[in-house]
Amino acid sequence: MPRLTSDARHKVSFTLNGHAVTAEAEPRLLLTDFLRHVVGVTGTHVGCEHGVCGACTIQIDGQPARACLTLAVSIEGADVRTVEALAPRDAEPGRLSVLQEAFRRHHALQCGFCTAGILMSLDAFLRDNRDPSEAEVREYLSGHLCRCTGYVPIVAATLDAARELRDGGFNV
Amino acid sequence: MKPPRFDYVRAHSLAEVTHTLAAEGGDARVIAGGQTLVPMLSMRLARPKVLIDIMGLSELARIEATENGLRVGAAVRQATLLAHPDLARLQPLLAAALPWVGHAQTRNRGTVCGSIAHADPSAELPLVLVALGGEVHLAKRWRQRSVAAEAFFLGLMSTARADDEFVAGVTFSAARAGQGFAFREFGRRHGDFAITACAAVVDERSTRLAVGGVADRPVARTWENLDGTALEDALNDFAYSLDARDDLHASARLRRDLVRKLGAATIAEARRCRV
Repeated sequence: MPRLTSDARHKVSFTLNGHAVTAEAEPRLLLTDFLRHVVGVTGTHVGCEHGVCGACTIQIDGQPARACLTLAVSIEGADVRTVEALAPRDAEPGRLSVLQEAFRRHHALQCGFCTAGILMSLDAFLRDNRDPSEAEVREYLSGHLCRCTGYVPIVAATLDAARELRDGGFNV
Repeated sequence: MKPPRFDYVRAHSLAEVTHTLAAEGGDARVIAGGQTLVPMLSMRLARPKVLIDIMGLSELARIEATENGLRVGAAVRQATLLAHPDLARLQPLLAAALPWVGHAQTRNRGTVCGSIAHADPSAELPLVLVALGGEVHLAKRWRQRSVAAEAFFLGLMSTARADDEFVAGVTFSAARAGQGFAFREFGRRHGDFAITACAAVVDERSTRLAVGGVADRPVARTWENLDGTALEDALNDFAYSLDARDDLHASARLRRDLVRKLGAATIAEARRCRV
């Protein structure tokens, strides 16, 4: 049976933001550190490192998940999306997704530390919920801590983005 | 906070899991969704030499409605069970309690059986299993056994699982006609572990209340249908029998009061929900 030994690095192949990536990880390496230090994609932030704060939230196979509660070796073959995937790739520099633009308009971030994780959660949430209520947004946001905004502008930005997406906007 | 070193086995068959457990004993741990075990590794509260990843085993990823109830395999994620189209009909108590388990972001990865195997005294899924009188299916090399929920939970994060066994599945009893169910929880914020949680199962003759977050494990009590002061007295006796302790989050007195008030509200709601 395939046993990845503790003292060696092992190849992990997965899809990151639409590109095939192969990199090496020890079994004990967390996905947060793998993405930031090995792959070199630093948009995902590391907060509490035990699944409480939500700063490291990414999408694994389309679903929001904590990167800090995921072993790098366990994402073999998975489809991973990070905050780097949100802004439209081929557009002019500086263009943002509908959700990101709504965050900017509503001042839904101050220090920005929690923002990458919140965006990845809400990106999936708005994909599955075209017309969410404020209560549903707040319930979904309960998996994230933000110490700057008091959440009010985050909720307003999310509801605004949902409205824009319903009116035919495209969140990529 | 980084995990200590361990070997990692990606299991491709049940035999690989049980053989590795038999060979490594207490030095091996099964990992499924990792939502509890990974933070325990990071905080070095767990130091296994080998982790056995079971998420690739399709035979453990099944949700089956059997004559005994709803059987949930060890690789079934909490979000998958919550999204099951018949869940509210098969077992309304699970449908009511699952949204209280962690957050959407952790339910996407965490498994039902993982929460039960971890046996946190304030976790929702062990409480529901005890309330329903369900079973835990333990597997080891060449052998399987099923343990009643109330015999499985022995204390704080302590269960009847032996070192060479793993939780291969659990069965939640199915809802019967004439039963009513309710779940209520009091915590600091939604998604936190409960300070006190109550699950009630009632029918035409009896009232069963299970309480989590007070004793060192979920505890259930069944009474003939009581009302008024008789019910209040029974809840008061139950509250004192749980040996509540003061901690950072709540006093023992608040916890006892929650058993009385939240318990009564949960039972009343379950009675209203009887079909």
